[in-house]
Amino acid sequence: MKAHLLILPALLMASPAFAADTSPAELLARYSAEAGTAADPARGRELFLANHSGGKPETPSCTTCHTDDPRAAGKARTGKAIDPLAPSANPERLTDSAKVEKWLGRNCDSVLGRACTPGEKADIVAWLSSL
Amino acid sequence: MNRSAFTFATLLALGVTAIGAALAPALAPALADGRRGEGHRVAPVTHQATQEECGVCHMAYPAGFLPQASWKAVMGDLENHFGENAALDEAVRADIEAYLLANAADAGGWRPRALRGVNMANPPLRISELPWFKREHDREISPRALEKAGSIANCAACHRGAERGYFEED
Repeated sequence: MKAHLLILPALLMASPAFAADTSPAELLARYSAEAGTAADPARGRELFLANHSGGKPETPSCTTCHTDDPRAAGKARTGKAIDPLAPSANPERLTDSAKVEKWLGRNCDSVLGRACTPGEKADIVAWLSSL
Repeated sequence: MNRSAFTFATLLALGVTAIGAALAPALAPALADGRRGEGHRVAPVTHQATQEECGVCHMAYPAGFLPQASWKAVMGDLENHFGENAALDEAVRADIEAYLLANAADAGGWRPRALRGVNMANPPLRISELPWFKREHDREISPRALEKAGSIANCAACHRGAERGYFEED
C-alpha cells in the first residue's frame, strides 16, 4: 500500500513530452468558434469512416491506420501500433494542442489531399469525444 | 626476471597494444556496415529528436543504413514520405537532417561495404532496396512472417535487438 503511494507520483513525474495544455472540450469550443458553426459528431464520424480520393493513394481513409473503431488501437502502414484516438480509451488524446494540429495537418493532407477546415476538425473532435 | 627480459616483455606488451589500437578503426567499419560483422551491429540512433519524430511511426532507422544523398532526399520531401505526409517544423527537420547526414553510411568520406552495388548518383530511399538488404531478406522471409510483421519496415518484429542496433537473426 505504502509502495503504491510512492510509485504513483513518481510515474506522473516521469511521463515526458506530454504537454497537456488543452482538453477535448476546449478544442471543440475553439474549432467550433473558428468555424462559426456548431460541431456535429455524426458528420465527424462520416468524414472519418469515408473513403476519399483526393489524397495519397496509400491512405484513402482515416481508417487505413486507425481502424473503424477509434477506441481500439490502430496500426501504421509500417506495422507499428497506434494508440487509440478516443479520449475514453486513451486519456492523453486531445490534450496537447500542438500534437493535435501537427497530426491533423499531416493526416488531412495524406487522406484528403488538403487541410481540414475548422468545421471538420470540430466535427472529428466532437465524434471522438462522444465515444 | 632480469632487467633486459623485463624490458623486452614491456616493449612486447606495448607493441601489441599499439597494433591493436591501430587496427581498431579499421575493424570498426566492417562491423558498422551492419552486414558482414559477426554481430550484425550498427550504431543505433542516439539523437533525441530523430528518435522521437521518426520513431513515432516506425523504428528510428540507424543513420548508417543509408548514404547522405538518400537522407537528403528523404528529409527534403517529408510531405511525400512513402505515401504519407510526415512534415515537421523546419527547425526540427533541419536538426534531424543534420544528425542523419553526419552519421550516414558514407559520412566519413569513404564508401562502406554496405553500399556496394548502390548507384550513388541515384541511391535508393528505402533501406529495403539496398542490394545487401535484398540479398539477406528476399529468400529468407516467409509470407507468413512478413504478414505478422505488418511490413518490411518493422525490423523489430524479427530482430528483437533492432532498437539497440543488433540485427542478428532471431
